[in-house]
Amino acid sequence: MATEVLHQTDQGEAERRAAFFAHIAAGGKVEATDWMPDDYRRQVLKFVEMHANSELMGVLPEREWILRAPTLKRKLALTAKVQDEVGHAQLLYRVAEDLGKSREEMWRDLLAGKTKFHNVFHYPTETWGDVGIIAWLIDAAAIVAQQALRGSSYGPYARTMQKICWEESVHIMHGRDIVLTLVNGTPKQRAMVQDALDRWWAPIMQMHGFRTPPEKDKDLAWRIKAKSNEELRQEFLAIYVPRILEIGLTIPDPELRYDEEAKRWRYTEPDWDELTRVVTGHGPKSAERLQFRQIHYADTAWVRDVILGEGPGALAAD
Amino acid sequence: MQVYEIFKQEREGEAMKHAGNLRAPDDALALHYAKEFYSRRGESIRLWVVPRATIAEITDPDLLKPPLDRSYRVPAGYKINEKLDEARRRVRAAAEARAGARREAAGTVTGDR
Repeated sequence: MATEVLHQTDQGEAERRAAFFAHIAAGGKVEATDWMPDDYRRQVLKFVEMHANSELMGVLPEREWILRAPTLKRKLALTAKVQDEVGHAQLLYRVAEDLGKSREEMWRDLLAGKTKFHNVFHYPTETWGDVGIIAWLIDAAAIVAQQALRGSSYGPYARTMQKICWEESVHIMHGRDIVLTLVNGTPKQRAMVQDALDRWWAPIMQMHGFRTPPEKDKDLAWRIKAKSNEELRQEFLAIYVPRILEIGLTIPDPELRYDEEAKRWRYTEPDWDELTRVVTGHGPKSAERLQFRQIHYADTAWVRDVILGEGPGALAAD
Repeated sequence: MQVYEIFKQEREGEAMKHAGNLRAPDDALALHYAKEFYSRRGESIRLWVVPRATIAEITDPDLLKPPLDRSYRVPAGYKINEKLDEARRRVRAAAEARAGARREAAGTVTGDR
């Protein structure tokens, strides 16, 4: 049985490491209670923590629209989506905790701007059209990545993705339904959703990350993720470009086309400097959103104190 | 004696699945029985042996399946086919109108000559 390598303790450190990475390279899986080299553990932690942060911060742009949703059904659906995403953050922080960093520490690092979250959650939501575009296309770009993550070498992360992908598929339907309703509406509504797409296209094209050569991508070498950034972007374009165009929307990139010979999508080079700037906390809404989380964290400290049994409430109970 | 619930992982990466239960006087014997009952033929690569008394359970349908319409939480709650057809028809009609206008413009030019 291949997992035996994870439980053999009668060999040297170097041998054990070699056996571990051979196990991973052969498509093997690792469980939370298995032995793993520290650098693998740290790398998985970093990846999952960033994903968890993104789920948590990702609800803030959408949350702003709950009170402004146009119908009761939309309000229920948007509220449910926001709840789902916070739930995903909870699941992912749990996976990350098992890798040796406490939830409190992860929160503190997020609030201090020491750890990152996805670029797309650093931008403002200007109209209801944005809510449709985010739920449809940003969740679609995310699900392409998350479906691939079901093949992750870290078992608990891979399995968590199965539940997350199922819920994301509902979000995509909710978003596509909003966009379809708008494009079938008045000229003003059509213009609104086109304007949202125009503003979100660049961040969406940056979202899967730099075109890091697969051989230099440690996450890929250790199969923490199963597909390269560019593979994911190509997959997203292949499915969603036709779906965007067929409903009469225009994609704001004159260079975008499918190259039959090269069998890949060509597009204007995304602004990688913008991506770097934004994910390091210099996006248009980075400071405001972190500040919201900081205020919220302070406001809810008493709840954690009571539940964790560390606050004045707990002392009184003694 | 107490009852232990057994969960097994049959293949790497799979979720732990409930396999059954057994009765044992202590944890050590429970582990031994679990191995005998649930991996005699090498069908498991990992077993979890959990005292039944430590399992908390929810079965209340009012909590698990509330009798309210929450169709917006499932993909089938969104009926997009008609809307999609309508959008496609509009795009086709607009394309045909543009082609018609071009033909008409070309005809006018020819007529002027």
